Amino acid sequence: MDTLVAQYSQPMFEKENHGEDDQMELYQPAPSLSLKFAMPPVAQPSAWLRAATDDHANPNCPIKIAHGTTTLAFRFQGGIIVATDSRATAGNWIASQTVKKVIEINSCLLGTMAGGAADCQYWLAYLGMQCRLHELRHKRRISVAAASKILANLVYSYKGMGLSMGTMCAGVTPSEGPALYYIDSDGTRLAGNLFCVGSGQTFAYGVLDAEYRYDLTEQEALELGSRSILAATHRDAYSGGFINLYHVKEDGWVKHGFSDTNPIFWKTKLEKGEFSNVTSEMV
Amino acid sequence: MSFQIPLQAQLNNNHTIRKHVLLGITGQDFTLIAASKAAMRGATVLKAADDKTRQLNKHTLMAFSGEAGDTIQFAEYIQANAQLYSMRNGIDLSPSAVANFVRGELASSLRSRKPYNVNLLLGGVDPITLKPSLYWMDYLASLAPLPYAAHGYAQYYCLSILDKHHHPDINYEQGIKILRMCTDELKRRLPIDFKGMLVKVITKDGIREVDYDDSARIDCP
Repeated sequence: MDTLVAQYSQPMFEKENHGEDDQMELYQPAPSLSLKFAMPPVAQPSAWLRAATDDHANPNCPIKIAHGTTTLAFRFQGGIIVATDSRATAGNWIASQTVKKVIEINSCLLGTMAGGAADCQYWLAYLGMQCRLHELRHKRRISVAAASKILANLVYSYKGMGLSMGTMCAGVTPSEGPALYYIDSDGTRLAGNLFCVGSGQTFAYGVLDAEYRYDLTEQEALELGSRSILAATHRDAYSGGFINLYHVKEDGWVKHGFSDTNPIFWKTKLEKGEFSNVTSEMV
Repeated sequence: MSFQIPLQAQLNNNHTIRKHVLLGITGQDFTLIAASKAAMRGATVLKAADDKTRQLNKHTLMAFSGEAGDTIQFAEYIQANAQLYSMRNGIDLSPSAVANFVRGELASSLRSRKPYNVNLLLGGVDPITLKPSLYWMDYLASLAPLPYAAHGYAQYYCLSILDKHHHPDINYEQGIKILRMCTDELKRRLPIDFKGMLVKVITKDGIREVDYDDSARIDCP
């Protein structure tokens, strides 16, 4: 029975180490970050991957990676706002309009996904597991700094092998207060007040920077986050779908809907008179 | 012996071109045109008070960016022809007439052996109807009349701001305020220094340069 439980109570990717290694792992304070993946048998895995996936240089490339996103997060007086779009594209193809790009790591920690969809989904799920293990080992929730560093060290160990991700970790912990980190697959890890990530980042920055203040009220902050994503979905072809909005407070995050951009766009245009370049007359 | 020019400088690539900032905003009775003041070649700023605009007639102004050499050659060719028309006929071409003339010239150049590689904004106020107008044109000669427009990397940062804050009936002060939001954002987020903006306004009374102070330092939040 115990062997049966042991067999299923471990992640799949660590199945390779059987027997004594299994036992040793219990004594190891932290799991090894570098997992054992099969690499393509070539000198430079990243160059090989690029040749197979680079849509820009070779439109006939065999693999099209899901890319293109707008995600944003910013700190303000009342906590942290996290907002994303929900479109996944593979080349010019819209693969999905209903992607969840915010991962709920625990009740106080959120992660956002931009870049390769598979990379982000897999490694943020992995981060979620590591955070839970940290919690079980240390009997307290992981800090945002530590969680973001697990991810940063992990992606850094794969540097040059073609990972593609731009993520943010946002959370409130008793030790740090509200904290926001940006992590990308180059290995960059930055703490900050405001980040936008993805192909639509510039459009979101435009709207967000213009009216961002640290002393925004909760209502203003939610509205500004949502409006910034709307701006990006309007101008960036690779962003769209729904606006996924979260507010992280001291006692955990609160979800503020997964709302279709189309009615919001027309409501914004018709009620506030914005987007005046969109006309119904033919030119 | 030869005088070597760095290769980077010879290849005035698309990247350099897109660093130039051109912005245009229309309001109830005016059109604002703003252009960055830096003249760049490769990694060098050659001049920090460059004027990338030409006045075509009393009520039309053209701002340009693109391949070095082509820009001024093309702009002054258009300027000369617009002025020739005014002298011959004793009346100016309207902004829309100028825009369509420019489009025609650029379109036929595009189909020649060596096309002009220029992106343009044409701002004007029609002297008869007093309607302000703004025309956006790229080097492929596509022409679009728009309430607000941008060229280069400025598009990525400013269009979302203009989408939100622009309304067709804004007055001059509101126009300058929106322009300020745009240039502040560019100073905040663009990694290069474009040496500030030269701003001109077109009204029914003609074209004048705006005293636009953008010496303030803008920091990232």
